[in-house]
Amino acid sequence: MTLATTHSVGVTEKPPLRLRLQQKGFDGVTLLVLPAVIFVLALFVYPFLYGLVLSFQPKEGGWLANYSKFFSDRFLYGTIMTTFRLAVPVTIFNIALSVPVAMRMRLMRRQKVLTTILVLPITLGTVLVAQGLLSYLGPQGWLNRTLLAAHLISHPIALLHNYWGVFLSLVITGFPFTFLLMLSYVTGIDGSLENAAATLGASAAQRFRAIFVPLLIPGLAITFCLSFVQAVSVFPSAVLLGAPAGPTRVISIAAYEAAFEQYDYSLASAIAMIMALVQLAIVAIVLAARGLFYRGPAGSGKG
Amino acid sequence: MIRQRTTGEKLWATAVWVVVGFFVLNILAVIATVVVDSFATRWLGTWLPAGYTTRWYYEAWDEFQLRDVLIVTFEIVGIVVLLSGLLGVPAAYAMARREFPGKRIVMLLFLLPLLVPPITFGIPLATVLYRTGLAGTMWGVILANLVPTLPFVILVMIPFIEQIDPRMESAARVFGAGTGRLFRHILVPLLAPGILAALLLVLVRTIATFELTFFTAGPTSQTLVVALYYAVFASGVRAGQSVDAMAVIYMITTLIWLLIALRFINPTQIVTRARREAAH
Amino acid sequence: MTIASRDFRELRLDGVSRGFGALNALKDVTLTIQRGEFITLLGPSGCGKSTALNCVAGLLPLTGGSIWLDDRRLDQLRPEDRGFGMVFQNYALFPHMNVRKNVGFGLAMRNESKADIDRKVEDALNVVRLSAQGGKLPGQLSGGQQQRVAIARAIVIEPPLVLMDEPLSNLDAKLRLEMRAEIRRIHQYLGSATIYVTHDQDEALSLADRIVVLRDGTIRQVGTPAELYSRPAHADVAEFMGYRNIIRTEANPGSNGWVNVGIGGAEIAGTPLEGVQRGRAIAAIRPEDLSPVGNGPIVARVETAEYRGRDFYGTARTEDGTELYFRSEQNAAVGEVLHLGADPARVLVYADTAASRPAELAPNGIAA
Repeated sequence: MTLATTHSVGVTEKPPLRLRLQQKGFDGVTLLVLPAVIFVLALFVYPFLYGLVLSFQPKEGGWLANYSKFFSDRFLYGTIMTTFRLAVPVTIFNIALSVPVAMRMRLMRRQKVLTTILVLPITLGTVLVAQGLLSYLGPQGWLNRTLLAAHLISHPIALLHNYWGVFLSLVITGFPFTFLLMLSYVTGIDGSLENAAATLGASAAQRFRAIFVPLLIPGLAITFCLSFVQAVSVFPSAVLLGAPAGPTRVISIAAYEAAFEQYDYSLASAIAMIMALVQLAIVAIVLAARGLFYRGPAGSGKG
Repeated sequence: MIRQRTTGEKLWATAVWVVVGFFVLNILAVIATVVVDSFATRWLGTWLPAGYTTRWYYEAWDEFQLRDVLIVTFEIVGIVVLLSGLLGVPAAYAMARREFPGKRIVMLLFLLPLLVPPITFGIPLATVLYRTGLAGTMWGVILANLVPTLPFVILVMIPFIEQIDPRMESAARVFGAGTGRLFRHILVPLLAPGILAALLLVLVRTIATFELTFFTAGPTSQTLVVALYYAVFASGVRAGQSVDAMAVIYMITTLIWLLIALRFINPTQIVTRARREAAH
Repeated sequence: MTIASRDFRELRLDGVSRGFGALNALKDVTLTIQRGEFITLLGPSGCGKSTALNCVAGLLPLTGGSIWLDDRRLDQLRPEDRGFGMVFQNYALFPHMNVRKNVGFGLAMRNESKADIDRKVEDALNVVRLSAQGGKLPGQLSGGQQQRVAIARAIVIEPPLVLMDEPLSNLDAKLRLEMRAEIRRIHQYLGSATIYVTHDQDEALSLADRIVVLRDGTIRQVGTPAELYSRPAHADVAEFMGYRNIIRTEANPGSNGWVNVGIGGAEIAGTPLEGVQRGRAIAAIRPEDLSPVGNGPIVARVETAEYRGRDFYGTARTEDGTELYFRSEQNAAVGEVLHLGADPARVLVYADTAASRPAELAPNGIAA
């Protein structure tokens, strides 16, 4: 009896592998995630790494030749500034427009109809918006005609094939996206916080400053990042509505030309990497700044 | 929520609505410009065209080989929708129900293709697809389009699955259902509205996805939006009205599906979810 | 300790009404609250009690009537100009401010000096016994602590009136009892008036000086806890106050001022209310007042019985199918036949009118 007990204690049998994995959370169900993971690894991560390696294997010159070419050719490195000059104002403009509208919308019962109308341009896509704007903003388009008829201007304003054409198309396609994000942040702030501030004597302006602004800052940061990244990657409208050889020669055009007009995939990859790095840098700066503020839930405690 | 009472606050509210109204008006005017022009006989330097006709639609149909383009578009979109669902829903189920080491990294992996704009990863992706000979074929376009849609389905489905009481699944398992039958008899019927909504949105997205298709499509694998881009790009060659007729066809194709999708889903919820993940 | 309520005589609601579209959430509510009084608004969900509180706070505009603090008309004022303290159901603590900042928020809005704010916040935290937690964020506190912060924030501005919207509903049972005593203590210490909204009759009975029972947006009864417990004015109030036996019956004049009502084939004496003498009536009896007695007139067979430590509570059914809730000191076995009786003073008889019919007897017959 005693012997048998010691025996079975001495040889602690390992549970089968299946059970051990299960304890860590790996079982048949977890494996369902594998195909999707493999797919993303193969078609997103691998191409990215491939592109990174490829960018260091230029057609001619040393391994940094692509990058030194980019940063020595004004026609190429200038695209970064051009992109920023478009993306930063557009993003700030869209956010500045979204916040008050979202603050008003929060009070509305029928949000869905207006949301749907505002979301329309996302679905129409950049190409269709560009095509529409080509006629609408043209010297004979409805916009100029209306302004002329109202005697607000004496000559049609030039809005096509320059900075403003691209700017306006980015507002039309970018605003709904920015707005949806801001709306979800604004409505995520518990309404009873505003009520509480009001009963404690805070006026509407004070409530906005003391309650909404600090609670919205993390959301503003994220919205800025996402909207900015969208704006940086502007492509079709920069070609169709802008002046792709000059004032709206954004970085995506440079990358496209390298890849599909000069067939220099190595240089194209390098430009794509620089573009990714620029986006990453802005996101990192904004998120680091966000870290200085409160960023817990915008609810009201555990209730 | 506290509503405004003073004059200043009312003025402010009015100003906000005027700005929104102006924005909406302009969008509608842009769309109207395209639609009116597509029916115009001649429209030069006047408020409205000289006369109306439907002939541009016939011309666009022949000129841009829209029949073939539409068939290709729907083949590509259909396969993308199907594959996103088949790969995405089970993955979302695993993500919603299991805690495993590295889950946060996997989440990040699904989030990145949605956050990184297509033009950034599209060029390296196209390069790889060209090297493997897939680019220019329909399958190249399908694979490229799946990169953002698959994570999209996963992120939309996770909250849908989380809201289903896990005890219901436990009950099914206790009564002897394996994972396969659990999916067929319990989860798919319960998740049907969510799956439908997610796939409809994938459908709309894929019809409108430009850069990825543009980079990977060959002459026989163009979708409608890419054909439209080429038509606009070379607009000097053809009558503007037939390009606009094509744009209207494209617009209708997307809008129908969008309206169907919006009946099933509230766009803010998806964004809320996506940014909550992004905030982590 | 320097925190005390500002002086005033009374708060008066005069015909206060509030409609949401076609729906009348609050109809013609008139009520006067004295300084120092603790009033609870009691009623089932949807009765308008939270609406009433929000109207007083100024968070909802009135659609009719007026609100007065002594001679000052309040209902046109914005919430920030009324100067009341309010404790919200979910506490509504500002998640990005620490406890001290939360509590001091109202003082800062009044542009008080930093030294005054610090001193008063310290006092208020002492009152709610949270001095040690001042530097924490609300998210780091337990539910009970958050609750105390919410109370401190409301009282630090020394309001004439403190409004509380189901402040204990998110706490567990034990904490709820503790906080109940705490709220009562703070109320007495401040000397302000408190309006407290709840759907829990125990809470209302133990806290209030006066209870206001609301139903469908109208006041059904105002009275002390004792009055409401022993003499609900209407059948629906009785049902809400724990009279589980609500029986539709016929009334006939009896001796000594009682009325006789028929229950389960037997005839028992009861106290006439609403001046009822004969005709269709509703009898209301608490389970603890209906017990087996030697010559009890109501014969019923026990269907269920449960042990409650000191005695037994159960249900029994009479010959004609009436289900009765009773209390018994001896074990009541299922199937046993009991002879139940009640003190006529504890059998309340109301007129059976549509206006005061309890939910349980409403035409569609769905019990609350």
